[in-house]
Amino acid sequence: MKGNRFWAWLVFGIGAAYFLVPLIATFEFSLRMRRGYYSFDSYASVFSDPRFQATFGYSVVIGILAIIVGILVVVPAVYFVRLRMPWLRPFVEFLTLMPLIIPAIILVYGYIRLYNSSSIIPFTGSALGTDILLTCAYVTLALPYMYRAVDTGMRTIDVQTLTEAAQIAGAKTPQIIGRIILPNILVAVLSGAFLTFAIVIGEFTIASLLNRPAFGPYLQNIGANRAYEPAALAIISFIITWGAMGMINVLGRFAPRTSARTD
Amino acid sequence: MSATNLSVASPPSRRRLSFEWLGVTPFIIFAVMFLILPTLYLVGAAFVGRDGQFTFENIAGLFTDQIIAAYWISIRISGASAIIGALVGLAVALAIIRGRLPAGLRSAVMTFSGVASNFAGVPLAFAFISTLGRLGLVTIILKTVFDIDLYKAGFNLLSFWGLTLTYLYFQIPLMILIIAPAIDGLKKEWSEAASTLGATPWQFWRYIGLPILWPSFLGTLSLLFANAFGAIATAYALTGSSLNIVPILLYAQIRGDALQNPGLGAALALGMILITAVANIIYLVISARAERWMK
Repeated sequence: MKGNRFWAWLVFGIGAAYFLVPLIATFEFSLRMRRGYYSFDSYASVFSDPRFQATFGYSVVIGILAIIVGILVVVPAVYFVRLRMPWLRPFVEFLTLMPLIIPAIILVYGYIRLYNSSSIIPFTGSALGTDILLTCAYVTLALPYMYRAVDTGMRTIDVQTLTEAAQIAGAKTPQIIGRIILPNILVAVLSGAFLTFAIVIGEFTIASLLNRPAFGPYLQNIGANRAYEPAALAIISFIITWGAMGMINVLGRFAPRTSARTD
Repeated sequence: MSATNLSVASPPSRRRLSFEWLGVTPFIIFAVMFLILPTLYLVGAAFVGRDGQFTFENIAGLFTDQIIAAYWISIRISGASAIIGALVGLAVALAIIRGRLPAGLRSAVMTFSGVASNFAGVPLAFAFISTLGRLGLVTIILKTVFDIDLYKAGFNLLSFWGLTLTYLYFQIPLMILIIAPAIDGLKKEWSEAASTLGATPWQFWRYIGLPILWPSFLGTLSLLFANAFGAIATAYALTGSSLNIVPILLYAQIRGDALQNPGLGAALALGMILITAVANIIYLVISARAERWMK
């Protein structure tokens, strides 16, 4: 079995090289801005760019809005499907898979054609409307992940018993969802939220085609016009993605395991 | 069947039933407005001519050299990055799960895969330009230390292989994430039973391990294909509009009506929907079949 382990190390080593070399190379490249020796000039240049601050801030706001809307849309749906309408489940699951089947560029093309300024719902007719449309587009992109996270969270708690107990205590349905169910699946919801954030923060296609001043189009613009800043931005983006995924891992340790009743 | 379930579920009280629907309605409205209607609209628009009449002209219009070439290179890049990504991802997953490597390595690889599979888009293009671009670290090291000039040897990051190599950065981790549970599903007893009966490790994998993983492998392959086929941000940031792949062509069409025919743009979109839908349906069908081994 010694040979087995040798091959495993070899495969792992080649894989690790493929994934680490670009990161090292990008970091090295980002330090090359000043001729002759390494410096963090490119990072200073990025952080002092007012467009960086503006677009990043914009994307963070849209990302947070998308997370809130996503939670409001997904949590009640998962709750009622689980509790009262299990027959609806395959249908809902199929819908949540659709964003994986239909590429983002198709969705945004559909939005632009369907919700233009002369349509019944003219989202793209105003800046505010387009912001709303962008938020909804991001909720859609993140739907498969948010749904799965919330669904997994609700599987680990006893929805039925919690609901009955709350009803006996006189709680109304919005109270049950908001004050009983949601706190119990908070870790799962937050995982979905961080995943949404990681997907949304540097998204290019939809933001660019809707002409919004988001971080993704800014990245692309810098890439086309500057030499060293893109490398710095790639490192920054990687750290943001890492941070979001790291938060999910950390949260996973706090996940409640009250009861995994037969499901 | 759903009708009988409905009638069983409805008796309690009318008020509760309305609450149920109130809870699910936002989701349904959302899905209709932002998923179903836009897609159906494009599918419909692909069959409407400039005069507003039903026509097959747009579909026929797809069969020009430029568009066929775009579909062909898109399919080739998606296919190559899916097949290589699936094979390498399977090998890495097998190495970390079954290769008796230190236990901590597995969780490190899985965490990194989660990050890398989400590290797509524009920054990924930047990373590969810094690595394998004309001034990239690897290019320069190969040139100065090993005297190998990648670009004189015909390599170009803005080409089929360059893009495929870049796409692998999110394809391989995605494969690892999806195939790992299937490899976990290979029970220890099976390899023990096999070796008790005198099977070599090679025979175990040839006749037991790989045939069981095969459906998951094929299924994930089609998912990776669809994943690459719809991707645009990385390719656009890497090559601008110089590489003629379908998503970039469609991007140019949406931006500035590059094909000078909105109907043709919808037809282009319809082609993409069909190709990714077929790939994903294959994935769903195969993964449903593969699940019987995962209990």
